[in-house]
Amino acid sequence: MEHRINIFSGHFGSGKTEVALNFAIKERVRGKKVVIVDFDIVNPYFRTNDARDILEKKGIKVIANAYASSNLDMPTVPLDILSVFDNSDSVVIFDVGGDDDGAFALGQYKNYFDKLGYEMHFVVNTKRPLTQTTEELEEIASRIEKASRLEFTDIYNNTNLADNTDENTLMSDYTEIEKLSAKLGIKIEKNCGLKTALYGIPDNLRDTGFEMEIYIRKPWEKQ
Amino acid sequence: MSEKVLMKGNEAIGEAAIRSGCRHFFGYPITPQTELSAYMAKKMPKIGGVFLQAESELAAVNMVYGAASAGVRAMTSSSSPGISLKAEGISYIAAADLPCVIVNIVRGGPGLGGIQPAQSDYFQATRGGGHGDYHLIVLAPNSVQELVYLTADAFNLSEEYRIPAMILGDGTLGQMMEPVDFSSMPEPVYAEKTWAVTGTQNKREKNVVKTLFLDAHELENEVMKREEKYDVVKKEIQRYEAHDTEDADVIISSYGITSRVVETAVKQLRDEGMKVGVIRPITLWPFPEKVYKTVHPKAFLSVEMSTGQMVEDIKLACECSTPVYFLGRTGGVIPTPDEVVKKVKDILKEVK
Repeated sequence: MEHRINIFSGHFGSGKTEVALNFAIKERVRGKKVVIVDFDIVNPYFRTNDARDILEKKGIKVIANAYASSNLDMPTVPLDILSVFDNSDSVVIFDVGGDDDGAFALGQYKNYFDKLGYEMHFVVNTKRPLTQTTEELEEIASRIEKASRLEFTDIYNNTNLADNTDENTLMSDYTEIEKLSAKLGIKIEKNCGLKTALYGIPDNLRDTGFEMEIYIRKPWEKQ
Repeated sequence: MSEKVLMKGNEAIGEAAIRSGCRHFFGYPITPQTELSAYMAKKMPKIGGVFLQAESELAAVNMVYGAASAGVRAMTSSSSPGISLKAEGISYIAAADLPCVIVNIVRGGPGLGGIQPAQSDYFQATRGGGHGDYHLIVLAPNSVQELVYLTADAFNLSEEYRIPAMILGDGTLGQMMEPVDFSSMPEPVYAEKTWAVTGTQNKREKNVVKTLFLDAHELENEVMKREEKYDVVKKEIQRYEAHDTEDADVIISSYGITSRVVETAVKQLRDEGMKVGVIRPITLWPFPEKVYKTVHPKAFLSVEMSTGQMVEDIKLACECSTPVYFLGRTGGVIPTPDEVVKKVKDILKEVK
């Protein structure tokens, strides 16, 4: 079943933030009320809060710690976070910091998650070092599950090489991800990428395509 | 990892250092360079290397001093305030003519400053940074791939000349992700280390690594010998990237991440028909002064994330023969391509 609470977690640098932003915007376009939580207690740069203007213009509520994107490195959780468990009419998206270090802070809300139901999506990029094989991915997944006291419900394949991504990139290590899917007993829900990257998805998996746009750009790409 | 992988700048430095033969890393965490320490903490134990989180920056840099004395490839990394703490140790390492690599992923300053990117440690890096007459070889990459190449070069150059080398990056370069390929990076070139304190086995005269000289003339002599070495380095390694300089009315200089902003601006200015060129210093010390004497624009422009530091080296390099303008943002603010475009247009009005 489809839960309203969606947690995006995975290895740091796997693209959780961009996937979460795209997920939030797609939900909003479908007409849902959407709240996105910048729950990154690890990363000082390139985070959901950096896209606040874009999100708010689209009518998406952003919850982030008061120091996000500031000159202070303060790994705290947002003060108003508990409100998301009360907003029963909103789709809630958690963009979690990388690895078990980032997922650790989720554990304190375990009771809420268990009571309300949740989906925790494992975002995977096999072009990242230390998450290239089934074994490496399984290790990260298990560390995140232990730290967060939650369980992954599906996999979002986000294999990419940033600007060097071509139509072969997304599915290039798909067998590793399929093995991971079998081992964890969860399905590969989506294969994510820019429009051009999605050309690489074979016909039988067409409906798993998750077309993305990049919302957090480097300073020289902003104009 | 023969094919491309997607890496953060900080991680890429770590992997490149390991592939350059570094097995000794001593650090102390500070944003925005911590991923480098984290990468080393994960990787070093797997390959029989040493990762040690010291009790302070001072301890870490002095561990590098010790490891370098023994002739191994050693590295430490930090960000601005942490580098200031390390300055004493770096001066000792330079005074002992030891090779090592120091990474500074610069954040806003002075003081505790902030965690957003900056380039305001240029003076500190290029003038030595600690006390006494000394220099570091300072390399300034502008992409994650170049970080990999220059990390390899830093180890090789440092060992060849027995001068500590610094990678000068900034928070954005450390934090951003780009595809990288390690198969094309320079191979480690190991120098013979007859000076290293590795134990004599009673087979040779003992080596001494020291920075204290009781006689003033003896110390002067040591410092002057080092100065001669610096002159050689200045001749041999002045690196830069230049384009569109031939017909340029304005030549823009910037290094590191700012050069990426400048490239976007230059493309726009060229599209609009303005003659703008680029000299991007890659070695900040030695500063690539020679190239500035071979070009003849109406003006130079230095774009930096500081209140104006490299701009002084450009004035020295062109011997003030040409007006040198400056555009800078600081405190963690990155200049935008639009700001650069506007500045160039203003300059063109003045110099035409």
